[in-house]
Amino acid sequence: MIVELPPAEPHLAVIEVSGVRRRINIDLLREDGIALGDWVLIHVGFAMSKISAKEADEQIRLLKMLGEDELAMEELAGYRFDEPAA
Amino acid sequence: MKFVDEFRNPALIRQAADEIRRLARPERHYRLMEVCGGHTHAIYRFALADVLPENIELIHGPGCPVCVLPMGRVDDGISLAVEQGVILAVFGDMMRVPGRRGSPLEHKARGADIRMVYSPLDALKLAQQTPDRQVVFFAIGFETTAPSTALTLTRARELGVKNFSVFCNHVTIIPAIRAILDSPDMRVEAFIGPGHVSTVIGCRPYEFICRDYGKPLVTSGFEPLDVLQSIVMILRQLEAGEAKVENQYARVVPWEGNRPALRVMSEVFELRPFFEWRGLGFISQSALAIRESYAEWDAERRFNVPGVRVTDPKAAQCGEVLKGVLKPHQCKLFGKECTPEHPIGALMVSSEGACAAYYNYALRRAEPAGV
Repeated sequence: MIVELPPAEPHLAVIEVSGVRRRINIDLLREDGIALGDWVLIHVGFAMSKISAKEADEQIRLLKMLGEDELAMEELAGYRFDEPAA
Repeated sequence: MKFVDEFRNPALIRQAADEIRRLARPERHYRLMEVCGGHTHAIYRFALADVLPENIELIHGPGCPVCVLPMGRVDDGISLAVEQGVILAVFGDMMRVPGRRGSPLEHKARGADIRMVYSPLDALKLAQQTPDRQVVFFAIGFETTAPSTALTLTRARELGVKNFSVFCNHVTIIPAIRAILDSPDMRVEAFIGPGHVSTVIGCRPYEFICRDYGKPLVTSGFEPLDVLQSIVMILRQLEAGEAKVENQYARVVPWEGNRPALRVMSEVFELRPFFEWRGLGFISQSALAIRESYAEWDAERRFNVPGVRVTDPKAAQCGEVLKGVLKPHQCKLFGKECTPEHPIGALMVSSEGACAAYYNYALRRAEPAGV
């Protein structure tokens, strides 16, 4: 879920899933318009499509059924591009 | 039907399964191809074949990016780290894909600077953090992933990151489907269309399958019920003598696709004249190269990429499995020399590969002490 849209970084949004917060790129959803509280499908650090809260819930449940929820969270937690530049 | 209880709504699943049984004519044999590796994984994981009548056969398609990448391209990528001394950034599922002299992970253990990333933007960040080193991102994937690489390249240009480049191995799904349709040993009656690729390309690009080949395609979600509903939709079309594109996954897949994604792909990439696919051979206009305007960030232009061509190990039958001519367990190496712990072929590496999915779920269930 989108929890923050940093005004200084129009490419990025802060999302939160199961307590983990990460920045993701939202350029692919520019035309759809992104707002706080929206749920999005994420792939390799990019929001791919907007989904409803119900679909987001189903997606998380599907990942659990597939035994891939931990992998998905590992990917999310693994994004490094929001670290400050050295 | 023992796996049915795992689903949230067993009644709906049974209803869909009953409808499939009602629609499937006993005298016919239906060969349906699920194009996407994500569907292959879900079909094995949920043992969906168990709820289908025996005359519906699911053929696993070419939609696993790691699986269709020929070994020569793996070696080309590794050579950038080994011969040219770059930092090679790769996705996790590439790390264990065998090259001729070992996987990226094995080369890393021997001292090559190969790092796992979760996003192409991580590779770009790595380049910014190590300005005295060249960083190459090993890009793989279908249209689901290609827009992310394209956007990363536009960011690299905006930010003026000079020590970053992309070794581009992106492929496109439509020419692969066409190659399958044109292949003499393929008899597929309909397609379960990809879910996530279609969020980018939409549904229109599949129309030729119906118009020119007379076969239905239904884009599908990944839940067990999604897949079964898609099969119902396919059987209804076949029964009515129709062939059209339908969108079972409309809650996520827009008919027209994602325009910003298509735009950035066409800004950054152009079609290669041809590209080699494992199992399918050379397919014309089936892969993406980086355009001249982004040449500065193209690893194939910046470095001397050897252009290795490697034939797969003779005993491995990845090609036949990829085309659906053989089932995973019919390969001579399956479960013996080739296992997820020691993969010989890429189909045993990725969770979307038919062999790994079959090994992890179907085979385990077949054992007496299994689930």
